[in-house]
Amino acid sequence: MAKVEKKGSVSEELLREFFREMLLIRRFEEKVEERFRAGELPGFLHVAIGQEACAVGVCRALEEGDVIASTHRAHGHTLAKGTHPNEVMAELYGKLEGTSHGYGGSMHLYDVERGNLGANAVVGGGLPATVGAALAFKMRDEPRVAVAFFGDGATNIGTFHESLNLAQLWQVPAVFVCENNHWAESTPAKQQLPIEDLTERAAAYGMPAMHVDGQEIEEVYASAVAALDHARGGRGPVFLLLETYRLTGHYVGDPQVYRPKGELQELRETQDPITKLREKLELSDEEFEQADREAHELVEASVEFAKAGTDPRPEDALKNLYA
Amino acid sequence: MGGGDMPELSYREAVRDALSQAMRRDGDVFIMGEDIAEMGGSMGVTQGMLDEFGPERVRNTPISEMALVGTAIGAAIQGMRPVAEVMYEDFLTLAAEQIVNQAAKHRYMSGGQLKVPLTIRTQGGAGWSPGAQHAQQLEAWFVHIPGLKVLFPSTPTDVRGLLWSAIYDDNPVVFFEHRTLYGLKEDVPDELEPIPIGKARVHRDGEDVTVIATGRLVHESLAAAGQAEEDGVSVEVVDPRTLQPLDEETIVDSVKKTNRAVVAHEAVTRMGFGAEVAAVIQHQAFDWLDAPVERVGAKFVPLPFAPVMEEFVVPHQAEVYEAIMRTVGRNGD
Ligand SMILES: Cc1ncc(C[n+]2csc(CCOP(=O)(O)OP(=O)(O)O)c2C)c(N)n1
Ligand SMILES: [Mg+2]
Repeated sequence: MAKVEKKGSVSEELLREFFREMLLIRRFEEKVEERFRAGELPGFLHVAIGQEACAVGVCRALEEGDVIASTHRAHGHTLAKGTHPNEVMAELYGKLEGTSHGYGGSMHLYDVERGNLGANAVVGGGLPATVGAALAFKMRDEPRVAVAFFGDGATNIGTFHESLNLAQLWQVPAVFVCENNHWAESTPAKQQLPIEDLTERAAAYGMPAMHVDGQEIEEVYASAVAALDHARGGRGPVFLLLETYRLTGHYVGDPQVYRPKGELQELRETQDPITKLREKLELSDEEFEQADREAHELVEASVEFAKAGTDPRPEDALKNLYA
Repeated sequence: MGGGDMPELSYREAVRDALSQAMRRDGDVFIMGEDIAEMGGSMGVTQGMLDEFGPERVRNTPISEMALVGTAIGAAIQGMRPVAEVMYEDFLTLAAEQIVNQAAKHRYMSGGQLKVPLTIRTQGGAGWSPGAQHAQQLEAWFVHIPGLKVLFPSTPTDVRGLLWSAIYDDNPVVFFEHRTLYGLKEDVPDELEPIPIGKARVHRDGEDVTVIATGRLVHESLAAAGQAEEDGVSVEVVDPRTLQPLDEETIVDSVKKTNRAVVAHEAVTRMGFGAEVAAVIQHQAFDWLDAPVERVGAKFVPLPFAPVMEEFVVPHQAEVYEAIMRTVGRNGD
């Protein structure tokens, strides 16, 4: 099996950019939780608090023309792929100004212009089309890569296995990013996975895999760059396994009765990717506060933008059905 | 309904009660599904059951709808009576192969050697803006498959009595619950009374129009019937409860009495269950009909996220009321 190795280090300047982006996502999602609890946001929502380094590290490694498919936990991926917070927030409020003009919602954030082929509320639903996108790139000789995000739980569904098999068989330029946050809703690893190391699943298809700490953005970024390089270079797909943590409930409002006492507290103290990066960068309080202020401002502005947005007309529901 | 010393149960509690009573009585009954154990299911239906019955009989499964339903089929063939929960009926599509090609056909293909005493519980329904992949109503898909029984109860009493019958039926049953009904309460008989599969429930007697409704639309139709009564139109409301087999007799008898019919469900109107009911009515009560059979259902689009659009797409009391009024030649305004 080919080996994919990460190379090089990341400049401090770039890391500072990552920091600001991760903080923006965090503040955005905290605001989403708050507004949902206040009854302003319809439907139901999944935030990825704790998983920001995965989203930013991978998306920042992408090149122009690369595409992603996301999951039900999509806000971070979408923001990291370059969609403005205003548009994401407006979608969560069901407004015409939203990414999908109110047709999609939190679990269906699309931004095709920016290479976001859509979040999917069906676990594993986006994987086959990722392989298909990569197949199209290969057939047209375009130097582009298709990237699928999915969780540990998704590695149990048929589309995962069928997609990895086909991607490897046809050697398409795809990267499969598994965010292993150790829970699928209320189901812990030991109730759903008979193996500990999920890269064995890629090995079963002869696919090279990388296994990194998803809370260390430098690691995530460097591995993603290497995986993308490999795929773009015509050497076939890569499985990128990121060990990460869901520092919150499965959905906003989840009482998490199933979670062992103390787990969350401990993880928040030891596994927060933003704290880790802040320490690595040795940011002063001032520097942190400035970045935080900027994030808050953007988020507040997005809420204002969304609230001032336009409700679709009821009859708009009949549009957009066929091309 | 109700009265005296009857206990009051919510629809959610009624489902749990039927499951628990069957599991207490019978070691062959067990439940499996995603997040049904510690969490008690995404709708809280199986809360507390892990404590009572343990993880062998309250089995959390990985996210593997095809395997979870297929495994339940295999256990059922061996004589167990599994109840598989598919978290949202949208995800029945992932298990469709096993349901449609396997569960529905084993008895037939084996020339009567096998039986598949399986219940697949699932839920869905709009009204809370979950978007296009979390609230569809797909019951008609399964009514179309010979070999399956399809149930869709709309009250606590019905859901309890019918779930019991589904568990003890020797055939695969797809059992639909409606998400927005879980909190609905009703006085239920002290002792669980099994309700025979294939028997409609007449919720309200009337003279002028029959509304045949399922799921949430039963309640919207009852409200619409009350509204129509104020306009002097007397409406009978029938809930088939069982979509396959269908109690054609109760429906047809009612329409022969009222001479007008409205079919109402939350699923998309086109090719919906109501189309079948309308066909039954026109065929068996043609000479009695004084108006075309009216159909009420969702508009022909996926469910949009934004509440104003979702509200517009799925039917409510107003659409049923208007349809009732059209059958009596009034415009309903
Ligand atoms: C096919 C399918 N089955 C079940 C669900 C319900 N569901 C939504 S998220 C989820 C857990 C997903 O776990 P994982 O893939 O690890 O992602 P995470 O939520 O941890 O980010 C489940 C079971 C679904 N959306 N789709
Ligand atoms: Mg997970």
